[in-house]
Amino acid sequence: MTGAATGCFHCGEPIPAGASFGVAIDGAVRSMCCAGCAAVARAIAGGGLTAYYRNRSALPRHDLAASAPPRDLTVYDLPEVQKPFVRQGPGGVRQATLLVEGVTCGACAWLIERRLRGIDGVRSAAVNLSARRVQVEWDDARARLSAILQAVAALGYRASGFDAAAGESAAARERRAMLWRLFVAGLAMMQVMMYAVPVYLSGADMTPDVERLMRWASFVLTVPVILWSAGAFFSNAWRGLRAHRLVMDLPVALGIAIAFAASVWATVTGRGEVYFDSVTMFVFLLLGARYLEVLARARAAETQQRLVRHTPAVAERIVPGSGAARTERVAAARLEPGDLVQVAPGAIIPADGTVTAGTSAADESLLTGESRPVAKRAGDRVTGGSVNLESPLTVAVTRVGPESVLAGIMRLMDRAQAGRPRVAEIADRAAQCFIAILIPVALAAAAAWLWIDPSRALWVLVAVLVVSCPCALSLATPAAFAAATGALHRGGILVTRGHALETLARATHVVFDKTGTLTSGRLSLIGVTPLGDLDREACLAVAAALERGSEHPIAWALLPVAAGLSQNTAEDVTNHPGRGVEARIRGRRFRIGSPAFASELAGRPLPAELTFAADDVTVVALADEQGYLALFALGDALRSGAGWLVRELEAAGKTVCVLSGDRQRTVTHVARALGIGIAAGEAGPEAKLDFVRGLQARGAVVAMVGDGVNDAPVLAQAQVSIAMGGGTDLAHASADVVCLADDIGRLAGAFATARAALRIVRQNLAWAAAYNAVAIPLAAAGWVTPLAAGVGMAASSLAVVVNALRLQGSAPDANPPPFARAGSAQEQALT
Amino acid sequence: MEILYLLIPISVALVFGAGAVFWWALGSGQFEDLEGPAHRILTDDDPD
Repeated sequence: MTGAATGCFHCGEPIPAGASFGVAIDGAVRSMCCAGCAAVARAIAGGGLTAYYRNRSALPRHDLAASAPPRDLTVYDLPEVQKPFVRQGPGGVRQATLLVEGVTCGACAWLIERRLRGIDGVRSAAVNLSARRVQVEWDDARARLSAILQAVAALGYRASGFDAAAGESAAARERRAMLWRLFVAGLAMMQVMMYAVPVYLSGADMTPDVERLMRWASFVLTVPVILWSAGAFFSNAWRGLRAHRLVMDLPVALGIAIAFAASVWATVTGRGEVYFDSVTMFVFLLLGARYLEVLARARAAETQQRLVRHTPAVAERIVPGSGAARTERVAAARLEPGDLVQVAPGAIIPADGTVTAGTSAADESLLTGESRPVAKRAGDRVTGGSVNLESPLTVAVTRVGPESVLAGIMRLMDRAQAGRPRVAEIADRAAQCFIAILIPVALAAAAAWLWIDPSRALWVLVAVLVVSCPCALSLATPAAFAAATGALHRGGILVTRGHALETLARATHVVFDKTGTLTSGRLSLIGVTPLGDLDREACLAVAAALERGSEHPIAWALLPVAAGLSQNTAEDVTNHPGRGVEARIRGRRFRIGSPAFASELAGRPLPAELTFAADDVTVVALADEQGYLALFALGDALRSGAGWLVRELEAAGKTVCVLSGDRQRTVTHVARALGIGIAAGEAGPEAKLDFVRGLQARGAVVAMVGDGVNDAPVLAQAQVSIAMGGGTDLAHASADVVCLADDIGRLAGAFATARAALRIVRQNLAWAAAYNAVAIPLAAAGWVTPLAAGVGMAASSLAVVVNALRLQGSAPDANPPPFARAGSAQEQALT
Repeated sequence: MEILYLLIPISVALVFGAGAVFWWALGSGQFEDLEGPAHRILTDDDPD
């Protein structure tokens, strides 16, 4: 059992002094840190599911358990809310796939399944642990969806509807079909080899009857490979031909088709050679490489689905004519301009609108990339999808659906994506030349043999095509890229598009968006100035005590820093939304918050020499009744490894730029701290697009490192885009490369691996060319037997693959020397 | 060597049989979650 001897029994967080939340688990009373965890533990114990605590291997997420007790979820029983993700079966049976947040280990899956199956009317519940999803089927006459969601929420998880029809299932179907094609080809390949090897080895021992039987058996097994497994090659080649282009799949399809046709002819007539083994092996190797590619892309698409979270399904509408007295829950899609909605703290604002009552702050980082909360009071505009942070707001809806800001950003992204340069086709050009030369050569050889010995002409044609079968050529690129992709993935970098590595290697400019890429995108403590009788540590400890119960970003920045310090207990804590916190510690009154708020207690305003006007720093003052104790400077700290990455990129000959929607001063400041020469601030989505287009017009290959949704259009415009894992899910979905690690320094490894991959690709192509230069004349001269052709083809592909595998060792060496870490750069920048 | 006349058709039939089994496994979702079942077998004790 993953116990929590000192902390909360449920979530392992430290238990605040004075908290007493005891719950009887398996006969012993265990203490919890908060009412939320206690409620979850009671729900688990009440359902007889305490085995969860014995079996779990990871602690649950505290924030989900501690958040407000499950709201009224009956709105999920409305047909229009259920429509996008619930499937109706016969006899009132309904089926839905729910996305579950907070699943951390196998025991969670067990817990959810057991709890849901215990509900009367639920017919089945199955958790998919890899995808963090639960598939549930219920009888609508006996169980309601709201009860199911309520049960999941009571266990400390958050479930939301998952629109399976929207594309996920299409990807899943594609993946399943690929796996089936691969399996058919693999199985047939092994068995056909079984028949082929004895024929090669036995020589004259084999009676013609048995040999014919083996050929027919090989034929029977190869037919499904041709019809089903290789179907995609034929359709791609055909599509290419219709578009008047010699695509990579054309030589593949041609080689397969001619070798197969010739083998069928040889089987039927009993004369000549069969090449079934070569055909099946070739198809299997190619499909294997493609399957790995599809898997990598599917994983990236998954993050896109989490965007569902950012557009809430329901809204709290104020009943017209009731003042603000009565609210009703309606589907967010049914909101209309002019409606008044109530937005609770911590909730997502359901639509674009104007604040009519209330004062709060909104987290708009999803939309603007701006990390600091934006103050909102009556008359201010709010954007759907942003999060209301502090206190309730009443919002008059102004725009919904396609007119909303979020929808507009997505349209902009689509447009940029449609105009994306197709870099991938450059790789096809080599194959185009090759096939353009190969086909006449093969035909010429066959024509020559018609003169010399007509009976051998067809076999020479096939031998030329098989021996040169563009296997090595078509594997050269994907094998190297697959190996590099695998190596990068282990290093925390996910490549989601085929062309990304090649473009990364050729990139001349690397453009960073400041917020969330070079910086962490979160507020963190960057300086403490003690002003009174307490030293730095004591001030931090007092501040932490005051902020302990708060969910404000300032608390998140302060608490980790003070974690190791002596603990104070604050009493009479009063929260003044938007201003600060007041509390008493050992009888002494303290205030922490905006300088104005603290000055009311300190009795005098902050001395003028201490009020600095830095735009990118939030100043929080700590005061008691005698005066000021300390100032805390909070800002967006540089990500670890950022300075090192910039130096590595410059050393590799790439031009580094910063492009951001933040204030020019902030951007210049970060650029100077990192030694970046080109820095453009106050750039909106259009300006960013123009900047990148401008670079591209001058022939630059641009790699864009971005984060927020407002980056998505410019990410799509750049030749290759990189999103940081801490960033928003939408950015992931459209980015070519996703850095999952928080350490941006790993990107240096990605660029290095991309260059290594391109080098290997060139070696592979050179090898394939050399091999073909030798093998084709030999085959054309009629010196190549089927065995030699098959072995030659296999050996050349094997050489290519083995060479590519060398890349696997070159995982991104992400660890810059300790002294080069960015923390010191940040410190210097602030002094 | 006459046995080959029997063994070769049998081997072809076996390959198709293996294909059918895989088809069934794929269709019944056995390749959807490669992580969960490993944990499930450990936690499936019944507390009732």
